[in-house]
Amino acid sequence: MTDANEAMLVCMRGIWKQFGPVIANQGVDFDLKPGEIHALLGENGAGKSTLMRILYGLYRADAGSIAVGGAEVAIHSPRDAIALGIGMVTQHFALVPPLSVAENIILGQERGLRLDLRTAEGKVASAAKRFGLSVDPRARVRDLSVGQRQRVEILKVLHRNARVLILDEPTAVLTPQEIEQLFETLLRLKTEGVSVVFISHKLHEVMRITDRVTVMRAGKVVGTTATHQMSPSELARMMVGQTIVGVSKPPRTGQGSVVLKLEDVWANDDKGVPILKGVSLEVNTGEILGIAGVAGNGQTALSEVLEGTRPSTRGRMWVCGKDITNASPDQVMQAGVGRVPEDRHESVIDEMTVAENMAIEHIDEFSRFGLLRHAQIRQHAERLIAEYQIKARPNDRVRTLSGGNMQKVILARVLERNPRAIVVSQPTRGLDISATEYVHGKLLEQRQKGAAVLLISEDLDEILKLADRVAVIYNGKIISVMPAEEANPERLGLLMAGVH
Amino acid sequence: MDAPLVGFLVGLIAATLRVATPLLFATLGELYSERSGVLNLGIEGIMFLGAFAGFAAAARAEAAGWDAYLWIGLLVAALAGILMGLLMALLTVTLGLNQHVSGLGVTLLCTGLSLFGFRLVFGESAVLPRITPFATVNPLPGVPVLGTILDQHLLTYVAFSVLVPLGAWVLYRTHFGLNLRAVGENPEAADAAGIPVFRVRTIALTAGSALMAIGGAFLSLAQLGAFTPGIIAGRGWVCIALVIFARWDPVRALLGAVLFGGVFALQLRLQAQGVQLPYELLLALPYLITIAALAVAGRNAPYPGAYLKPYRRE
Repeated sequence: MTDANEAMLVCMRGIWKQFGPVIANQGVDFDLKPGEIHALLGENGAGKSTLMRILYGLYRADAGSIAVGGAEVAIHSPRDAIALGIGMVTQHFALVPPLSVAENIILGQERGLRLDLRTAEGKVASAAKRFGLSVDPRARVRDLSVGQRQRVEILKVLHRNARVLILDEPTAVLTPQEIEQLFETLLRLKTEGVSVVFISHKLHEVMRITDRVTVMRAGKVVGTTATHQMSPSELARMMVGQTIVGVSKPPRTGQGSVVLKLEDVWANDDKGVPILKGVSLEVNTGEILGIAGVAGNGQTALSEVLEGTRPSTRGRMWVCGKDITNASPDQVMQAGVGRVPEDRHESVIDEMTVAENMAIEHIDEFSRFGLLRHAQIRQHAERLIAEYQIKARPNDRVRTLSGGNMQKVILARVLERNPRAIVVSQPTRGLDISATEYVHGKLLEQRQKGAAVLLISEDLDEILKLADRVAVIYNGKIISVMPAEEANPERLGLLMAGVH
Repeated sequence: MDAPLVGFLVGLIAATLRVATPLLFATLGELYSERSGVLNLGIEGIMFLGAFAGFAAAARAEAAGWDAYLWIGLLVAALAGILMGLLMALLTVTLGLNQHVSGLGVTLLCTGLSLFGFRLVFGESAVLPRITPFATVNPLPGVPVLGTILDQHLLTYVAFSVLVPLGAWVLYRTHFGLNLRAVGENPEAADAAGIPVFRVRTIALTAGSALMAIGGAFLSLAQLGAFTPGIIAGRGWVCIALVIFARWDPVRALLGAVLFGGVFALQLRLQAQGVQLPYELLLALPYLITIAALAVAGRNAPYPGAYLKPYRRE
């Protein structure tokens, strides 16, 4: 009889990893069978990526052992991992943009003096075909979409004869069609005997394509089971540690008055082509107006025009009767508009501290005779950190925060001003379940307080959950506005595709 | 065309190639450094040191009666460049210090070393020490026009017909070149792919600095047969601009060096012809053209992705 562990391709035992005061992995065990798709499920910060980065040699474990193919191994660098047949596609792609696809794939792999690109391109093309990863080997990586770049990364791993492919949140950057293509590739790899580790916090994806699932929470493994034996709600419970009580929308109180008003607003994109073509909207007190639409139909421009960072070429806008047409971002803010922009990294300064970022929009209130009052800035930050349950210290650089905590910093900064209107774009993109619930709760709280919330989101579930009225944006125009009661995914889906 | 004009043009072309030679050496040296992600502002000083070290060694060897004194000088210049390249690599690659500060420091060090060394070797003499410089080679002696244009130093032939094609071949057609480009664009990715980032950068800096020193030595060993404090006269800084003008491509670097060399040679000739313009203006002309060319060609310059960024492992 053979030892059960010998049937395993990878065995990780008792892995510990500590970063400063944070213990990311606390005695984690993980097994991977040959030819399986294995989900590593957990919230952001549960320790999934850390565990796999240890397996790939990007981090070194403080304690624990790793066996590959039954033999104990020491993995000090990605090079060691690659030699053992382990490859990883991290969330930040390790590609060189000006080089071609083939050059990126053979990088560091070939020996000798002369570079034989013809042969390399041929090899890449045939591997691409075999695994259903369509990509032109001669294309420059900088010209590729995110989805195509991901395919290059996967090809790079396969080119090194990997038996284990680790994918860290691979679907976060993909369109629904690209996700389908990725899943097809993964299933094909499985039939070729490649094991896939699929790191994710998206339950429905895990349910769909994985054979087994290991759930992690707060640095520990909660359990490993066959995926088909679990229901999504059971997995969610394992992941979060308790049944998720989703926030729900309380009924509206009375009919509000108009706070935010847009009339025939036009704007151009960066190339001077009209991107908004006559948008008219009204958002009332105590109301959330959801803007639904497929990405790229003018949502970004709409939020930028409202924030004062993109000029409108025609039309007018008011907040509580005050004209804010082409006002500066500062004037817009003074008029009582709070903004949660689409790209979190563009609304905070990564290299500055949490306290500085919280004070920066109103720095005149934290300074005297042009000198900063650090004690006041710090107290202000401490208050907001406590009030908004942000896991950070005032002097932490924002760069070091998780996406959820970064979004909390932005929310805290906006909401403490009690804005009369709030323009929110993609507020939960990339956030885990609990952070998403938190953000939703805060937006509903503002609605109860009587703020007018304009919610721009590509997440239809989010819109249907929060909005009182739903507007659909298509090709730079609002093509329909309806009360939430009349909105459903099918109807909105058709409108979003321009069918009406 | 009338004879004086032909004579003027032929002389201009021949001088252009001569003036462009040291620039081409140094520009290619800088180009390799920058392709690996390191701006080497030591270039001006390293050229100066190359000019001095080459001249001093050649002068001593000549005095000792060695026939190959010029080649010894050239070798010593290259070694001095390698040494400074290693120093620059220690500062910016191993220690990861600021590239601007390190480079300017190396330039100051080289300048001081050379002037001090000159005193030590030659003492204070009223006459400028001189050597017999490299003779030109002429494949077509006596042939009009081509005979004059091709009457050049061996190093000029090396720069134009060996170094440029070789430089392009190494950069685009060898694994080392691919590694070099990857290291200069995205060292994290290169490291993850198993490329020794620190070693590649050190090699690029060292080889590049050797080329800069040879460029400087061309001036003292071939062009002048002497060493003066003003021998480099900002040519190193011009090369920094030429690299940007060349968009980090060896063949375009040749064009840049010829453009600058051409304007430089032209203004010399205009001065000699007694053109009614202040000579200060004529002297400034090549530099003004450099700025203008840079303003046009440098727009949207494809700087290497890791330009100026020291690489540190997590």
